[in-house]
Amino acid sequence: MYKYLLRLLVSVLLLFGFSMNAYAEFKVGFVYVGPTGDHGWTYQHDEGRKAVEAAGIKTTYVESVPEGADAERVIRQLAQSGHDLIFTTSFGYMDPTNKVAKDFPNVKFEHATGYKREHSNVSTYSARFYEGRTLLGHMAGKMTKTNVIGYIASFPIPEVIRGINAMTLAAQKVNPNIKTKIVWVFTWYDPGKESEAAQALIDQGADIIMQHTDSTAPVQVAEKAGVWSFGQASDMQRFAPKSILTSIIDDWAPYYVERSIAARDGTWKQQDTWHGLKEGMVAMAPYNSAMGGGLVKEVEKLQKDLASGKAHSFTGPIYDQKGNLLVAKGKVADDGMLAGMNVYVKGVEGDIPK
Amino acid sequence: MIKIERRNETSNLIYFLTPILAIFLTLVTGAIIFYLLGFKPLEALKFFFITPISDLYGLSELLLKATPLCLIAIGLSFCFKSNNWNIGAEGQLTFGGIVGGGVALLFYNHEGFYVLPLIILAGAFGGMVFAMIPAILKIYFNTNEILVSLMLVYVSKLLLDYLVVGPWSNPEGFNFPETRQFSDSARLPILFEGLRIHAGIFIALVSVFLAWVILFKTYLGFQIKVSGLSLKTAKYAGFKGKTMILLVFMVSGACAGLAGVGEITGPIGQLHRMISPEYGFTAIIVAFLGRLNPIGIVFASLIVALTYLGAETAQIFLQVPKYTGQVFQGMILFFLLASDFLLFFRIKFLGFKRYEY
Repeated sequence: MYKYLLRLLVSVLLLFGFSMNAYAEFKVGFVYVGPTGDHGWTYQHDEGRKAVEAAGIKTTYVESVPEGADAERVIRQLAQSGHDLIFTTSFGYMDPTNKVAKDFPNVKFEHATGYKREHSNVSTYSARFYEGRTLLGHMAGKMTKTNVIGYIASFPIPEVIRGINAMTLAAQKVNPNIKTKIVWVFTWYDPGKESEAAQALIDQGADIIMQHTDSTAPVQVAEKAGVWSFGQASDMQRFAPKSILTSIIDDWAPYYVERSIAARDGTWKQQDTWHGLKEGMVAMAPYNSAMGGGLVKEVEKLQKDLASGKAHSFTGPIYDQKGNLLVAKGKVADDGMLAGMNVYVKGVEGDIPK
Repeated sequence: MIKIERRNETSNLIYFLTPILAIFLTLVTGAIIFYLLGFKPLEALKFFFITPISDLYGLSELLLKATPLCLIAIGLSFCFKSNNWNIGAEGQLTFGGIVGGGVALLFYNHEGFYVLPLIILAGAFGGMVFAMIPAILKIYFNTNEILVSLMLVYVSKLLLDYLVVGPWSNPEGFNFPETRQFSDSARLPILFEGLRIHAGIFIALVSVFLAWVILFKTYLGFQIKVSGLSLKTAKYAGFKGKTMILLVFMVSGACAGLAGVGEITGPIGQLHRMISPEYGFTAIIVAFLGRLNPIGIVFASLIVALTYLGAETAQIFLQVPKYTGQVFQGMILFFLLASDFLLFFRIKFLGFKRYEY
């Protein structure tokens, strides 16, 4: 009888012990703005999460979290349910992230693309996507016949304007006659709007389509219309195999793994990260051989130079649309200027919506 | 063969019990779906319906989420009861948010007790005016209010887009599509330190009470009900149909506007593009689940709010796709409509005889 009782007691204790253990296990949470199957922004963040999981760390995610009142609850729930590090992967989570961080000083937070680090447990991170845009600009300038480059833009924030400028500057360098036409769709993900925008640009004579939005619709429209295009965020090659010259890939995996391990081992520190081609946070999908071996080699060399720092996307002289000098000859734009960029460079058509 | 015929009488008790039956059927079907997906059904249901409200914070979040749903559904019940199909509560909410938010920005950095009431009134007024558009078009041009009110949703959402990207965007905000954070005098007070539930819940409760009084204790409520049952009778009785159409739309719009202003002065604290995760559409389910009855709507809004919270916890703990929440909402409505059909009609099995008419 006692034996049974003892056995029962031991097993209960063991069970309790195990569950305590399970609770104390190091866990990383992710909050996504879109569905993991968007093949763009969220898809790439989820690839990063899988890499963390592959490194032996347990992860959790919540997808399609609206950037309104719901975000704070989701972030708080993750913090409350024993997650030690939480990545919030959209700009709109900036204030909720900081608010929750205040109440959970022992949990680490990483907010993508924001600028507020109000507490010592909040880091921010983003990628220098504009370096990829420079490569696209070089290819676009060489490949265009109509000298019109169509650009589908999301919101007039510095990040997007930087991309437009970097692309235009690089294209002008190889082809002074090019013009950049822009359609603002005011969304990050709306296949319907994006394909309409792509069609409108093609109708206006663009024979190159590039996008700063996340769906695969623009490249599919380009494929049908027989013009060149570039993928965004993930390798979109299989959605438009003939049309896509390459894709800019957001590779969050190394950063997520590094930060997760640091948090687990207690070496995590607050920081503001802005990585590019050099660190591999921005990567390029395989180049389409249709553009010719010579051009591929040129672009590969430029990619190497950008990564090593030998070349810079914003090297002077750079003028704005009105002809004012922005960056003097021989100088490069500093990070402060890049972070707050809100004017177009010469050669971009139209005005920034205000 | 099968014949469907209308039942002569339906019991009032069963009429109010069917929503509970619908919820029960939803739970059973949900359990089966979870089982087929490879989860333990009871555990999944527990994460879905119990875990989210197992502490004070969860309860506060439930009320926070239910408040706008309840407010909008109360307004919609006036329209639906009188056979006016206002589908555009989402647009009225947005427009109320725009007007209320505009006033909040106007009083940026102003202190004073009058700021918040002014914002709230402005929000209600905005929603009301926006709802009058489909009503007036229906009265004078005989347009279809379903289409007009629905299309106006996109109008107000695009207007909000324009405002937060352009003229109203935060000057220090790096052009991100959002306004400044409202100053403290423009925020609804928080009821308990550390929780997010705010004074907006009282606005909802007062609306519930007023709606109950109007619908059950006044001549106006009687008119609304009669026109809902039979427009011809209403006309024969000499009710002013046109005034009533305008009135129910105004009530409905004002409620939606209040919900919008409650969101922006409550948990959000600024205007941006996502002030509502489609509360205006979800409230349609709430209104019907609550049988267009104010008390019923209170319970229905809590249940539907729970499906939102449950979807989040279920994803955190079980990694169930978040869209299960919508599946549950859809199932509740489906079972409700199905049991309504059986409530009002009877299916007769006539055997394999020839039809006799």
